[in-house]
Amino acid sequence: MSIDTIDLWVVIIGLGLGSFALRFVFTGLVGDRPLPAWVLRHLRYTAVAVLPGLVAPLVVWPAATGGSLDAPRMAAAVVTLAAGYFLRNMIVAILLGALTLYGGLALTG
Amino acid sequence: MTTETTKSVYWQGVRDGAPFILVIVPFSLLFGVVATEAGLNVFETLSFSVLVIAGAAQFTALQLLTDGAPTVIALVSALAVNLRMAMYSASLTPWLGQASLGQRALAAYFTVDQSYACAIVKFERNPHWDISRRLTYFFGVVTPICPMWYAFTLVGALVGAKIPGGLALDFALPITFLAMIGPMLRTPAHLAAAFVSVTVALVFAGLPYNLGLLVAGLAGMTTGARVEVVLERRAAGAGP
Repeated sequence: MSIDTIDLWVVIIGLGLGSFALRFVFTGLVGDRPLPAWVLRHLRYTAVAVLPGLVAPLVVWPAATGGSLDAPRMAAAVVTLAAGYFLRNMIVAILLGALTLYGGLALTG
Repeated sequence: MTTETTKSVYWQGVRDGAPFILVIVPFSLLFGVVATEAGLNVFETLSFSVLVIAGAAQFTALQLLTDGAPTVIALVSALAVNLRMAMYSASLTPWLGQASLGQRALAAYFTVDQSYACAIVKFERNPHWDISRRLTYFFGVVTPICPMWYAFTLVGALVGAKIPGGLALDFALPITFLAMIGPMLRTPAHLAAAFVSVTVALVFAGLPYNLGLLVAGLAGMTTGARVEVVLERRAAGAGP
């Protein structure tokens, strides 16, 4: 499953230009006309609407196990999400999740 | 306090940006490692971080490319994750709008979660600051953050090439995403958006070209916005 070089560069450059456009669109072009409230309201929820949908299949059907539910990975996912939610600290959540994963793999290994 | 010198304003920015090094270093290191694991070479990995400087979007694009999703889907999904940058841009405009075009372009390139968060707090607290102080502060915040983002992506890529397989790095990405999502769930509207997104993504996982993710994103976004409106209306109704 190696990534095609052309596809990769299309995404790197496209994402670079697109991200710059998103950052520049108001500061650079629109000036200080205010945005309609409904647009801002939808912008507020884009990240929290895309990322969970991206991660859910990866947790439920992990590629490493050929798509079958896996206890150490599931436990790591639950611990990471809970730690992120309650501690509000991304790096601590990653560390706790990794500890859970390696602990679980060692136990079930 | 109109006596603040340009130099002191710059160092205020650096000081406010510095604590974020603790977040930036492991995050970019991880991106470097994961990208190398996905088969990117050092130059490709570093280009990603320099051109995009947005962790969540970079991880999203990388994951979808690894899944073999079409480039359009990878691009659209990663840009959707980055739509919040447009929100930052809109909110910085009243403060930075008078700068020259070149300065605005440079500030736009360096608009990341951390520089935005520091700047907006500082600008609102110091409304008397002129445009040159605002820009100086903004670039002060960026100084410890963005170079570290590039540098540790590079370190991660160099280290990643040497890490043996079998370390369960397949799950580094899901764990990173989950750790990002946790702190985002600040309100019932965010929780509802995330819940709908997960449900729709799992139900539509069979759609070709990873289109299920776009459906999930739209459904989650609409849900978040609707719940916000309903809750505000209810709060207003409950008031005097």
